[in-house]
Amino acid sequence: MSSSNSIHNKPLLDVKNLSCHFDVSKPWLNRVIEGEPQRFLTAVDQVSFSINQGETFALVGESGSGKSTIAKLIVDLIHPSSGEILFDGQSLKNTRGDTFKTLRRRIQMIFQDPFASLNPRWRVGDIIAEPIHAFGLAKSQHDVRRTVEELLDKVGLAGRDRHKYPHEFSGGQRQRIAIARALSAQPDFLVCDEPTSALDVSVQAQILNLMRDLQDEFGLTYLFISHDLSVVKHMADRIGVLYLGSMVENSPSDQLFDQPAHPYTRMLLDAIPDHEMSGRRRKQVTGEIPSPIDPPSGCTFHPRCEFANDTCKEQRPSIHETKGSLVSCWASEEGRLAHQPKG
Amino acid sequence: MTNPTSLSTPPADASIWRRILDSDLFYDFSRRPIIILSALLTLVIILAAAFAPWIAPHTPFDPSSLNLMDGFTPPMEPNAFTGNVYWMGTDSQGRDIFSAILYGARISLLVGFAAVAFAAILGITLGLIAGYKGGLVDTIIMRIADVQLSFPAILVALLIFGITKSLIPNEMQEQAAIYVLILSIGLSDWVQYARTVRSSTLAEKNKEYVQAARLFGVSSFRILARHILPNVMGPVLVIGTIGLALAIILESTLSFLGVGVPATQPSLGTLIRVGNEFLFSGEWWITLFPGITLLILALSVNLLGDWLRDALNPRLR
Repeated sequence: MSSSNSIHNKPLLDVKNLSCHFDVSKPWLNRVIEGEPQRFLTAVDQVSFSINQGETFALVGESGSGKSTIAKLIVDLIHPSSGEILFDGQSLKNTRGDTFKTLRRRIQMIFQDPFASLNPRWRVGDIIAEPIHAFGLAKSQHDVRRTVEELLDKVGLAGRDRHKYPHEFSGGQRQRIAIARALSAQPDFLVCDEPTSALDVSVQAQILNLMRDLQDEFGLTYLFISHDLSVVKHMADRIGVLYLGSMVENSPSDQLFDQPAHPYTRMLLDAIPDHEMSGRRRKQVTGEIPSPIDPPSGCTFHPRCEFANDTCKEQRPSIHETKGSLVSCWASEEGRLAHQPKG
Repeated sequence: MTNPTSLSTPPADASIWRRILDSDLFYDFSRRPIIILSALLTLVIILAAAFAPWIAPHTPFDPSSLNLMDGFTPPMEPNAFTGNVYWMGTDSQGRDIFSAILYGARISLLVGFAAVAFAAILGITLGLIAGYKGGLVDTIIMRIADVQLSFPAILVALLIFGITKSLIPNEMQEQAAIYVLILSIGLSDWVQYARTVRSSTLAEKNKEYVQAARLFGVSSFRILARHILPNVMGPVLVIGTIGLALAIILESTLSFLGVGVPATQPSLGTLIRVGNEFLFSGEWWITLFPGITLLILALSVNLLGDWLRDALNPRLR
């Protein structure tokens, strides 16, 4: 299904074999004296995915699975160790000058914490106008003002709120301001790094609905990062599941919730409280995510996996397609996932 | 259409005075008599120094206005020869101590403010760069700061003063003395600012509003100047106030040791040193009054700085 779709829509964002290592060694002198080698943390390991125009792609995973690192890699806040990020066929790495500036403008980000993402010393109007000035999107001060007021109106605030400071707003209102700021750059693609996880549940729904409305209005494409599967279900067309920096499953949203292909995805879904009262027993997620500095051999999930055998312990699984899902799992490839633990 | 999420209050257009009077800081200030007294004394000394030419009864350093017969007049007593009364007495050359203090405070405050401004600008700049750039730049700047901090400020100031003076030709020494003094006090005091600003910058630069600005392609210079600087200025204001008291004391110490400003432009420290020579011969007033003025000035400014530090620290509220 995904393959036939992607022939018609060319991907807006194409991520190929993206890896990111961080040097976590001790200082040089300590290493020499203590005779220790350099140590690297693999935050993102050979991740590939693509997002079509107008689609919402969600990345889910536990803390430390590399979700936010991928977000920062895509918006070029940090640079990848290897791999490629193509946006509309171009890479931020290889472009210069005006092309770079346009590319940069088209990719914007909404941050997790609306209390840290707005400069407390700036008025809301100046905060929203910053991208307009930085990218030269308005001809006059009057234009800037009008755009800011329009954007405030679009995100459900009043135009006169531009005179206020961020501390005069609640968390949800601040996130609306952050969204207005991202929109003022006139982007095509928004990276949303857990945009609702710092908000109250009642406000979360408002912000999510706002984001969907804006997506329809402006034809935006979202990369939506979350650890909350119920939020993701509401938003995403496709979902990628991350485990210890690698993508273990990449499926269309409905498929993932109905027929999870990877044991880890099943484990996550089994932990969701059962609202339909279907009598399903909720299973606790067992074990913890291992250290990314010294990951397990073979499939990194094998210590927590009930289907693991010797192959899983020794060899890294490759990505294969099954029923429209891209899965990286030996058990799935070898047909060992016979019984469905769900239900 | 009504917006349920927008606040209904009008924008805060209250006047700046209203905002100051309504602030927590002013409320705290109004309940501390010692701080009010300190602020008043500081203000009086600053105003008296600023308007010295209009307030002072004499121009103490114009030799033509001095009468040697007035020398060593005790305070509040008529002079034995001329019958003139000076309410803080005169020194060996018949110079009115009160006028000398006014002009001396002028020099002391000028050097103090200029040295603090110089130290703050240097320290803030280096602190911002060290904190934002990190890595080797950070290491170099902060190790220099550490080395300098391991010496007493007065030693550093004396060293810089000595080196700079030796580089200036003899005939210019007297005019340049004040600038050399400002330079040496400023250079001995920048570390405080650099350290404070660096640590605040480290905290601020990882906040998401800075990352957002980077996404818009805002230059590092603009990010530092427009985003980070306004958010690290709070602590700088506090150490600046305390630093002013320290700079005035350091200037007086240097002048007392005879390496500060020349005797033709005496500061409070110079006056104290000159008066010190007469202390054991009974002319106590020549050194006591400049000393008291310095004490009041330094103490008031220091108390203000301490209060500001506590009042602006949310953890102590």
